[in-house]
Parts: sequence; C-alpha cells; structure tokens
Amino acid sequence: MKALLIRDLRLGTRAGGGFGLGLAFFLIVVVLVPFGVGPETGRLSVIAPGILWLGALLACLLSLDRIFALDWEDGSLDLLATSPLPMEAAVSVKALAHWLTTGLPLVLAAPVLGILLSLPAQGYVPLILSLLLGTPALSVVGTFGAALTVGLKRGGLLLSLLVLPLYVPTLIFGAEAARRGAEGMDNTTPLVMLAGITCGTIALLPFASAAVLRVNLR
Amino acid sequence: MDLVVTDLAVARGGVPVLEGVGFAVAAGEALILRGPNGIGKTTLLRTVAGLQPPLAGRVGLDREAMAYAGHADGIKATLSVRENLIFWADVFATDRVDAALAAFELAALADRLAGNLSAGQKRRLGLARMVVTGRPVWVMDEPTVSLDVDAVAMFAAAVRAHLGQGGMALLATHIDLGLEEARVLDVGQFRARAPAADDFDGAFL
Repeated sequence: MKALLIRDLRLGTRAGGGFGLGLAFFLIVVVLVPFGVGPETGRLSVIAPGILWLGALLACLLSLDRIFALDWEDGSLDLLATSPLPMEAAVSVKALAHWLTTGLPLVLAAPVLGILLSLPAQGYVPLILSLLLGTPALSVVGTFGAALTVGLKRGGLLLSLLVLPLYVPTLIFGAEAARRGAEGMDNTTPLVMLAGITCGTIALLPFASAAVLRVNLR
Repeated sequence: MDLVVTDLAVARGGVPVLEGVGFAVAAGEALILRGPNGIGKTTLLRTVAGLQPPLAGRVGLDREAMAYAGHADGIKATLSVRENLIFWADVFATDRVDAALAAFELAALADRLAGNLSAGQKRRLGLARMVVTGRPVWVMDEPTVSLDVDAVAMFAAAVRAHLGQGGMALLATHIDLGLEEARVLDVGQFRARAPAADDFDGAFL
C-alpha cells in the first residue's frame, strides 16, 4: 500500500501530473469573483466563505478523472487488480493520494485567497478547519465517481454530472461551518455533521468503488 | 499446485467465444495458446487471471501464485525504469529488481525515464516485471509483440529459467519462441457454437 501511495504521489508531482492544475484553477475562480460581483469589501466578505468552498470543490472536481484513467490506459489497473493488493486498499490509497496532491494544497491555499475576498479575521480558522474536515470526503466520493466512469471515452463530463450531486451535503455543511465561523457564531453543529459525512464516506465508499472497478475491468 | 482448467466457457461483450476449454499445466511446464485473431485467446487469459468471471466451468488456480501480463505493459512514463520495477517489487514484496534488469538487459537503461524508451524496450520492461513478481504461474498475453529476434531469445531464456525453478507459463503468441519443450494448444477447436444467451440484465442495463 505504501508503494502505491509513494508511486501516486511521485506521479502526481512530476511533469504532467497535474499537481498545480487544481491550485491554479482555484486561484483563477477566486480572482474572477470580484470582477463578477463588484469589488465592494462588504459584499465580498459576506460571500467569501461560500465562494472559497465552491472554488475548492470545483478545483477538486477538475482532477478526478485522472485518478483511474491513466492507470486504465496504460494497463496498470489490470495488473494492480491481479496483484496481491486488495482492490479496496488500492482504491483507498488512490483517494488518499488524490487528497494529498489536490485537497491538502487547496486547504493550505484557501487562507491566502481569503485575503483576496476580504474574509473577516475570525473566519480563517473555521474556514481551514471546515476544508480540512470536508475535502477528504470530496476525494473519496470523487474516487467512486472515477471508478464508475473508468474506461469511458471522454468520461470527464459524465463524471462531473455523477459526482456533483453527491458533493451537495459536504458543500452545505462545509460552507455553513465556514460562514458561521466568519460571522462569529457557533459552528459546532455543521462541523460535526461535516466530520460525520467524511467518516461515513471513508468507511463505506471504498468498498463500492472496488466493486464497481472490478465490474468495469471485465 | 497445478493450473487446471476444466470445461471452461468464456464470453466477450456478452457473446460466448470459447466453450469446453480444458487443459492442465504442471510445475515446470509451459503451454502456448494459438489461434486466429478474435478467437478469444485474450478473453481466455483474462478469465484465467480472474479479471472476468467464466460463463461456465472452472479455473483451478491459486490466484495468489499467479502474475498476469496483458497487451499493455502498465509502464509509467514519468518514472525511471528502475522506479517502475521497484514499485512492482514492493507490491509483490520481492527484491528481484536487479535480476529482472539483468534478464532483459535493461541495466544500462535503469535510470532512464520509461517514457523515453523504444517500443521494444518498453515491452522488455513489461516482461521484466514478471520476473520481479516472483510468482510461479505466469499468464501472458502476446508477450513478444514489438520484440526483435534477440529480445525474443532473451524472453525465451527467461521463461526457461522460470520453468527450471518449477514455475509454469501460459502464453498466447503467434510467433515461434524457440521453446521446444512447450506444448502448443490450438484454441480454434473450442470455438463456441451456442448462440448468445438471453441476457436480460445486459439488455436492461
């Protein structure tokens, strides 16, 4: 399992791995928002938590189809399926590698981009906390979507259509936790719900992803 | 521990292609599958490897003892030759990277990025992976595609060494490997006659 994680991290950070792609997309989305809604600080700081969450979610979506598509194309997926590594473990490791190369950089970049949207000072810790709790769920759900669409030519759009509705609960509670934090209110409830969603997806979805992948490899 | 296939029927895309397939491979033996394009050699090998379920019959094989190599080599272009092999050595928990590099004369290329290799060199890297796995049963689909004469001899020597250690090999190939001891099975005789089964689920989905 460690070998697969190391390999995926190495592939993700080398040329063509798409490591900076999600980050650049996140940056551009956030920079574009003031052009769209106007540069008034008051208005921006109200919508900042929601925009940052939405931007992180879309940036995460961008890299999902790479999770399995590359391994499918060069035949590694067949070889992994016949290796001693259980499919459930391989899927979990792939989700973890995706989070480390996409989700974690987004969490770290979010506070910097928060400055661009004049996020209130008390909002930074809740924002980072909510993203830290929520982005693993985005990677795990996305891995399930990637497993569903592996092998489809240009399955990226279908993948987005399948995955976006599944992202709704995470977005609702994540953005709510960040918003309440930014307004100085108590955000324990949405944070706990967010953590629950993440734990639930991590516990259950790898089994579904592995089953789907086995069917898709036939 | 032998590889025994009894009365196996396999389907591709819901259409049965082979039926009644039966053979056995004992330790130290190699079996070469032959047959025209489209007869179902790849489907048969994928079924033996457990990548797809058989339509009927059974495959008697301990999958923990098997290594599979398909048409694609599973090579990562942005990793070096050695890194590619080390990954599989870690997955299969072996330390035979250097032996594999030597068997396919890849030692000089070990630090080159796999993406810069020629087609034949990539294939040799894919075959070296089989040595790395250390598994006794090799199931290989068209292992000699894009290999030159010398590389085919290299491959034959690797298979012979593998058989000499009590290994087994099941190969699908069109060319003469120079493995005189290997048995040849023409899968054309097992061509499925039955029409496609009424597959309600398939039609529904």
